[in-house]
Amino acid sequence: MAVDRRLTGWGQTSPSVASWVRATTVDEVRAAVRGGQHRGVLARGLGRSYGDAAQNAGGLVVDVTGLDRILSIDADVPSVVVEAGVSLDVLMRAVLPLRLWVPVLPGTRHVTVGGAIASDVHGKNHHVAGSFGHHVLALWLVTADGDEHRLTPDDPLFWATVGGMGLTGIITRAHLSLTRTETAYVSVSTERAPDLASTMRLLEASDDDAPYTVAWFDSMSSRPQVGRGVVHRGRLSSWEELSPRQRRSALVLPAGRAVRVPDVVPRSALNRVSGRAFNEVWFRKAPRQRVDGIQSASAFFHPLDGITDWNRLYGPRGFCQYQFVVPFSAADSVHECVELIVASGHVSCLNVLKRLGPGNRGLLSFPMPGWTLAADFPVREGLDELLDALDGIVLRAGGRLYLTKDSRMTEQTLHASYPGLDEFRRIRQQVDPAGVFTSDLARRLHL
Amino acid sequence: MIDATGRPQKLLLLGGTSDIGLAIARAYVQPGSTEVVLAARPGPRRDAAEADLSAMGARVRLLDFDAHDTTAHREVVARAWQGGDVDISVVAFGVLADNETAWQDASVAEDMASINYTAAVTVGVALGERIVQQGHGVIVALSSVAGERARRSNFVYGSTKAGFDAFYTGLGETLREHGGRVLVVRPGFVRSKMTAGLDPAPLSVTPEQVAEAVRAAVLAGREQVWVPSSMRYVMSVLRHVPRPLFRRLPL
Repeated sequence: MAVDRRLTGWGQTSPSVASWVRATTVDEVRAAVRGGQHRGVLARGLGRSYGDAAQNAGGLVVDVTGLDRILSIDADVPSVVVEAGVSLDVLMRAVLPLRLWVPVLPGTRHVTVGGAIASDVHGKNHHVAGSFGHHVLALWLVTADGDEHRLTPDDPLFWATVGGMGLTGIITRAHLSLTRTETAYVSVSTERAPDLASTMRLLEASDDDAPYTVAWFDSMSSRPQVGRGVVHRGRLSSWEELSPRQRRSALVLPAGRAVRVPDVVPRSALNRVSGRAFNEVWFRKAPRQRVDGIQSASAFFHPLDGITDWNRLYGPRGFCQYQFVVPFSAADSVHECVELIVASGHVSCLNVLKRLGPGNRGLLSFPMPGWTLAADFPVREGLDELLDALDGIVLRAGGRLYLTKDSRMTEQTLHASYPGLDEFRRIRQQVDPAGVFTSDLARRLHL
Repeated sequence: MIDATGRPQKLLLLGGTSDIGLAIARAYVQPGSTEVVLAARPGPRRDAAEADLSAMGARVRLLDFDAHDTTAHREVVARAWQGGDVDISVVAFGVLADNETAWQDASVAEDMASINYTAAVTVGVALGERIVQQGHGVIVALSSVAGERARRSNFVYGSTKAGFDAFYTGLGETLREHGGRVLVVRPGFVRSKMTAGLDPAPLSVTPEQVAEAVRAAVLAGREQVWVPSSMRYVMSVLRHVPRPLFRRLPL
């Protein structure tokens, strides 16, 4: 039974109401697609896209989290076939006892496999492992005709679907390759850097010796501390490295979910003062010198998953997550952007800097070799002007914005930065001439 | 769609030559990416508005709109929606006749009532239908503090705005569950062509100030806004002043 639901992305901006239905079988997905909604159909998973990617105002939204079965696990050629609504959290817990590991983990485990493919998510190991799409051996897609098709990387439609924001159809199943691990722990080294240039130098130097690298940086302190940061490097721990106590839970992810943010934050808890304090504390809590240690995978990969509904801290107006990538040759523009953010007076706390490796053939896939920077800003007056100015720097540098995080870029910006866009539109026109699949993001960007 | 920073892609201005309406449109125009639909009577004022917005980089579309022709309103709204969703609809048409004439001349009173209230209702019904269908959208309804408590000196206009205000406030309640939102705007004295020749009241504002307040209120998701904001408290007091005293106030 379809019911009307008000939906937003994780950033809680631009709500819209859609008819919402939960599917638990592929046949239910096919029936929903064939239902003939005049404002289209869209799949939705766990709603972790920040903007309007998983909304379809006035149309039908098919919640696929009921497609939650793990169909088969092959421990020899490590791979798994899962339904698209399985979350990475569930998948990790299922394969860990077999000493298997999900090769690409974004900043939260609470995303579905279908969503991870549609966003072509990346993780801290992008420079060595690529994005999620690199590890998809096959996927099953219910297209506009209501039929389910098995697609492999040889099909052009596969690469329109990887990173395709759900606009080619509804992903129902996927065959994913896995990697092996001895433990669910990470050997981590952490180091502070006094300014942006040294943060970037340290990250660059880390690429060769660590499969997982990322830096947090301070976006509120001005010169000479602009962009001071904390660089984290990690690799999966071996059995030998663990203490006896850790060995008892070597392949277990902590249950987590300790704290919940109540739905009563009247306005953004973030302002100049609390934002500056957060940035200061976050910098100070990291060790000054390089320190090695062993952390649980949850603590290293998904610290925010421990705080349920952390997005509520930004208050009812929500927040914009802004993530761009610029080529390595345009490192100056990273400096320019950070300076602009610091000078703007807008508050950002979860600031991430990382070096991405080569992209894949995904036509709207985000990653490309270069520096990626993510920041998140509570929505305030004047934020549009700051983000427009950042867009300008990114475009001049030959970079682009991440659609999964986006909630405000213009069609012109998209066009100028995604060379695969025309081919994507052509394929979409071919498989979905009537435009059955659409979303608020697609309407906003005329995809 | 309205983006996360409160920017619409397409804005419909009903009463496309209203000073306040045009100030709101100007406040939203982003060169090259905003479409403005001006629904108004054809004429030099509409042409000037089109030229003005085009010069700012808006894509402007013109629709003929006559507030008195209520049977055509649904069609006008439908044409505004052609080519894609309307994100913000501004209901900005209205007339202000001399109160002394209006309360003694039925045709003048009727004209004001039918434009300010009846036409606003038929337009509102048509807009509401569209918003229910599309699951999102904001209506900016330009009410007035004159409707909050009728004054001897301006009660005919005030009565039309009282009805207008109640209708759009109620429409906002119904549209909430459908993803729509109505912002009822209650300016005090606005220095515009509508009030040209009148003595500005205290706390008077410009159309641009109203537009800025509207933009901020839409971004914040508010359902009512007074311009200037202090007017809210002034009116709150005035509503409760006993009638014998209210009568003597120089309003």
